[in-house]
Amino acid sequence: MCDTAGMTSRPVVSARALVKRFGGFTAVDGIDVQIAPGEAFGFLGPNGAGKTSTMRMIGCVSPVTDGELRIFGLDAATNGRTIRGRIGVVPQLDQLDSELTVVENLLIYGRYFDLSRAQCRAKADELIDFVQLDEKRMSKVDSLSGGQKRRVSIARSLVNDPELLLLDEPTTGLDPQARHVLWDRLYQLKERGATQVITTHFMDEAEQLCDRLVVMDGGLIVAEGSPQSLIREHVRREVLEVRFGYGRNQEQLPALDGVGSRIEVLPDRLLIYDDDGEAALSELHRREIVPDSALVRRSSLEDVFLKLTGRTLVE
Amino acid sequence: MSAASLPLRIVPSVLFDIRRPQRMMERSLYVYKRGWMVLLSGFVEPLFYLLSIRVGLAALVGDVETGGVLVPYDQFVAPGLMAAAAMNGAIFECTANVFYKIKHSKLYDAVLATPMSAGDVAFGEISGAVVRSAIYSVAFALTMWVLGMVESPWFVLAIPAATLIGLAFASLGMALTTFMRSWEDFEYVPAITLPLFLFSTTFYPISQYGQWSWVVGFSPLYHGVELVRAANLGQWDASIVGHVAVLVALSFVGVTVASRRIARLLLT
Repeated sequence: MCDTAGMTSRPVVSARALVKRFGGFTAVDGIDVQIAPGEAFGFLGPNGAGKTSTMRMIGCVSPVTDGELRIFGLDAATNGRTIRGRIGVVPQLDQLDSELTVVENLLIYGRYFDLSRAQCRAKADELIDFVQLDEKRMSKVDSLSGGQKRRVSIARSLVNDPELLLLDEPTTGLDPQARHVLWDRLYQLKERGATQVITTHFMDEAEQLCDRLVVMDGGLIVAEGSPQSLIREHVRREVLEVRFGYGRNQEQLPALDGVGSRIEVLPDRLLIYDDDGEAALSELHRREIVPDSALVRRSSLEDVFLKLTGRTLVE
Repeated sequence: MSAASLPLRIVPSVLFDIRRPQRMMERSLYVYKRGWMVLLSGFVEPLFYLLSIRVGLAALVGDVETGGVLVPYDQFVAPGLMAAAAMNGAIFECTANVFYKIKHSKLYDAVLATPMSAGDVAFGEISGAVVRSAIYSVAFALTMWVLGMVESPWFVLAIPAATLIGLAFASLGMALTTFMRSWEDFEYVPAITLPLFLFSTTFYPISQYGQWSWVVGFSPLYHGVELVRAANLGQWDASIVGHVAVLVALSFVGVTVASRRIARLLLT
């Protein structure tokens, strides 16, 4: 209604020095995040980085320990009910109502948001169509596959036409085909203008879905930017992966001096970063160094994470 | 908001935050629309008790004196069984079922992500259990009437009395369930409800306890049995106020504790 220029530029989510502690354990250790309307924003990081804790605070189901958190300009500590009415949540583990059918799940969920029964029916039809589950309409959710359940979760999170959608590891545990169906739906939602906040530990997912992301580790934000800018900023365009056999990679380092712009040693392989991976490989051949295997690929967020923390993301 | 102000915010708000508990009842309606046969089980058990006492025990025991009048034994026991049926219906719905929803199906986590509050969840589930318990009470009352065991037209008030029993036990049951850690803890439920069932003047008058009769006052079910029995005989005295007050107070405590515990467990 009153969607003035001032309103659209105001961040949907604004966190300042946000902290979450559970007893003596600090899950989120003072992060600053601003998420703009219409943006697809990612929290990337390994398990235990503080992603889910952050999401739960944004979803107003977890009290903020310290710092400030505003959603739609409202204080999360005092306006939880109002905020929850305007967001949709797809939790990490499907929390579908296992005693009900697909359509009943959507109908009753709409009622929690105070929609009329007629509104709920219309919305349920529309959303079942959107996630293409017409033939499963009357099935109990327990009988669905993992991918289908996740689609019901997404449909359910949309019953209240949320302005902000929170997706906590939306494709974890899904097969590649189901992931792509899901990505496709999320992309459509983004086109319609819904702000999305996504947590993931999949690099390709973050690169596909997110306009901008932060990399979290140990409750802190260690990097921020678009997927492309992070790769540009922290690693070279390409990576040459070479293997000399388990545990024998470190000893190759002296011979490789001067190859590529930076070399990362992992137990099972060496990562040689360079703008031209093929050139680095040629240099290896010229020096008559013969690895067990060699592979040139484009750099990914995984490499960014490795550079920033010295660890791989999914152990 | 600092962490220090949180408890202050939760204490008064838990009950004030109850806005749409009826949504949880709507949900239960969806569930029972398919599984209404489950509802029968809760009614059959007290009915068997009633029939067995009427067929066998009543003739052996003869008449019992209660409130200054002599009534056949089966008519003495029937109100007690009706009160116990209300208790069991409420307890059944609010213990194992609720535990499953808290720990396993994660139902409440999903509900609390919406504008629904912890108070809505707790009071809504309790209300659903009260309805279920009230259905049993009505069925039981009709059976008593058909069998000619109703003494007074005041007996219609036995229905609200049984509903109040349902509310008290559903609230306490749900509050208790929020403290349970595993399914093993549910062994304690019959350990509590069985003695209540046996010693709440269900089967014999309080005078039988002699100088220990005051102990019976600690049983919430006793206050319920006295209400239903008074309704059946149409004999009201000042003690009724006390019995009602006890059940109302227990309900209030139960709803408050259950709401706070749901928030404590799930809104972490």
